[in-house]
Amino acid sequence: MTGREERRANGSVALSSLADGARAHLTRVEAGHGLRSRLTAMGLRPGVEVRVASNRGAGPFVVAVEGMRIVLGRGMAHKVYVVPMAADSDAAVPGSPEGK
Amino acid sequence: MEAVSPRGSEGVERSAPTGPRRLRVALAGNPNAGKTTLFNNLTGGRQRVGNYPGVTVERKEGVRVHGGIRLQVVDLPGTYSLTAYTEDEIVARDFVIDAHPDVVVDIVDASNLERNLYLAVQLLELGVPMVVALNMSDVAAARGYAIDLAKLSALLGDVPLVPTVGHRREGMGSLLDAIVAVGTGAHRVRRVPIAYGWEVENEVEKLAALLEPEADALAPREPAWVALKLVEGDSRVRDLVWAQCAGAKGILEAAEASVRHLEGVFGDSPETVIADRRYGFISGACQEAVRRTAESRHEMSDRIDALLTHPVLGLPIFLGLMYLVFWATFRLGEWPMRWLEAGFGRLGAAVSGLWPAGSESALESLLVDGVIGGVGGVIVFLPNILILFLAIAILEDSGYMARAAFIMDRWMHKIGLHGKSFIPMLIGFGCTVPAILATRVLESRRDRLTTMLVLPLMSCGARLPIYTLLISAFFAERLRAPVLWGIYVVGIAAAAGLVKLLRSTLFRGEATPFVMELPPYRMPTVRSAAIHMGVRGSLYLRKAGTLILGASVCMWALTSYPKPPAGALAAAEGVSRASALDYSVAGRVGQALEPVTRPLGFDGRVNTAMLGAFAAKEVFVADMGIVFSLGSGSARARHGAEANLRLRERLRETYTPLQGVSIMLFCLLGFPCMATVAVMWSESGSAKWMLLQWGGLTVFAYTVCLLVYQVGRLAGLGTR
Repeated sequence: MTGREERRANGSVALSSLADGARAHLTRVEAGHGLRSRLTAMGLRPGVEVRVASNRGAGPFVVAVEGMRIVLGRGMAHKVYVVPMAADSDAAVPGSPEGK
Repeated sequence: MEAVSPRGSEGVERSAPTGPRRLRVALAGNPNAGKTTLFNNLTGGRQRVGNYPGVTVERKEGVRVHGGIRLQVVDLPGTYSLTAYTEDEIVARDFVIDAHPDVVVDIVDASNLERNLYLAVQLLELGVPMVVALNMSDVAAARGYAIDLAKLSALLGDVPLVPTVGHRREGMGSLLDAIVAVGTGAHRVRRVPIAYGWEVENEVEKLAALLEPEADALAPREPAWVALKLVEGDSRVRDLVWAQCAGAKGILEAAEASVRHLEGVFGDSPETVIADRRYGFISGACQEAVRRTAESRHEMSDRIDALLTHPVLGLPIFLGLMYLVFWATFRLGEWPMRWLEAGFGRLGAAVSGLWPAGSESALESLLVDGVIGGVGGVIVFLPNILILFLAIAILEDSGYMARAAFIMDRWMHKIGLHGKSFIPMLIGFGCTVPAILATRVLESRRDRLTTMLVLPLMSCGARLPIYTLLISAFFAERLRAPVLWGIYVVGIAAAAGLVKLLRSTLFRGEATPFVMELPPYRMPTVRSAAIHMGVRGSLYLRKAGTLILGASVCMWALTSYPKPPAGALAAAEGVSRASALDYSVAGRVGQALEPVTRPLGFDGRVNTAMLGAFAAKEVFVADMGIVFSLGSGSARARHGAEANLRLRERLRETYTPLQGVSIMLFCLLGFPCMATVAVMWSESGSAKWMLLQWGGLTVFAYTVCLLVYQVGRLAGLGTR
């Protein structure tokens, strides 16, 4: 739990602000109970690693998480908060089943 | 399964002599995990599409016999979790929790194991007899995953894990064996408790203790499970407790207190914590049982997507594909259509031949004009409709449909709709009825209603015969496809306009968040597309068979009776046809409405046929056939395959192209058929939406046709 609180304190940014290919860890979703639970079930849960598959500035936003692609409306992408990871070329590709 | 002793194969053998047994098997799993493919594999042609009682979500059931046991398989809507978010998910979850199937098969996408196991773990907690099908195990292997089945199964409580490859039909035998083993109790699944941490478990225990006395009311759901769900904040379980438990008030208050307490402890909702722990459990299990042996290659899907969802090229490609679909429907369907026309003509002639030539038998007229003429006139267009449904099936199965929704979201958003609204709208081009049902994919009621109200403007397959008839009567060969395309575009434009209007008046507010999974591209299998097409086609046929037959016969009666007095038909055939009709009920009503519709370019006959089209739009064609061929009862049959050509000629003689366009526009924009009315009423929950739709669209159609016809006439367009 402390790790998560730390991340929040470090100032997460909105997912929509990341560029194509950027990787980040999800910290929280600012949405209602139902939607949050839906996103969690789809894999967008705090702590998970995500990668921006497509961000064209306008229109929907595609994020890759654990081998799945999820399309988020722009409004939704604004509400998902993440902490960007440093760009390391050898990082494990999302989809690896090994625990996080 | 009362007669079976709980464990061991001797139990199975002992009860074998008591006769064939049944097992209810539910197929659950995430969307895009290949459920439908496995369902098709298991049940093949023995499928039935219907409705869940009380709701109008589609219920797909099938049958398979294996090892002497009759398996009734139900294909549930895809769901990510037992905490349901959309109506489809609610149906899936309710079925699993309330309908107690004998076996639940969780179909898991093995290449996306962790995410897919989230549902599996919840099902294990629920304690249902379960089998896990590790579908797409070929993709998983190709990606370099090596799953130790025995180990993973043990970690999950000995639940049978059956690797399958749905689209190659591999693993079906083992899957069926596992289903029977679990269903008959020959194989038992252990309960593996997930460690939620002592804070959460403490609260759950406290609530479980409060729920114990209500155990009977809650059965077969266990109090501990209900308690966990309450802490998770599951609203449907809350409703259940409120409805079933005597001490509901106290229990729910205690639950709320627990939730607040846990929020204070963790700084996060207990739901998030519980989800986190579940994923942790899954992660741990996978870490032990799954190994990555190779680097994953760059997704082929991404490369295809780079083109198909290109910011500039995406939309034109999409429009091009849609035009291709409509072109194929209209062109490819022509040959079987002509063949069917000839066939029905011959049938009519053969039946007519049973009576001596020249006789005016009422029965002959009923059979030939009413029944054969009516139904034949509709079934002739079945090839077109089948091709359309086939195309839609291919789009769905290949995964392109999701991209299309993604592309469409940009534009849908501008008129105030959700990208997913595109899906029911596309289905609306086949038939409005399943399209209205398909609006379930939309999560907000407001989006749903807005979409439902304008769906009839997506010109459905039933109207295709009307356009085909009128377009081929009035337009040259090279203009036909473009004019048809134009009609569809007008419908779409009208829908867009109406949605904007609705969103700025009745349905104001923020747009709902767009969240959707983008499945990888898949090669649609011929088999699944064919099954899909067959199921939808036979649904349409049943509608044609029953509704339209009834409507055709009614229309025939309304247009034949009362018969004109003997002397009135002394004149030549052409005149006698019109006069005979004047005396019938439908004719009278049609004539009476003439002053109302004359400004649109309609006459009494068009009115009559339009009235008939309320039963089902296709009936318009049948009725036009009838109103133009009455008088000499079997004349239509005598001319066999030329009958339709004759109809087109008569139309050309009687009306101008402008009138033809006006008629088509009215059919497009207004006067929804009774099936649409019925489904709109039940899906929207109240008659007021249905009436708003029917009345509003008809008035809209009237206004537009009025303008088009009058302006056209003044401008001298299409008036010959």
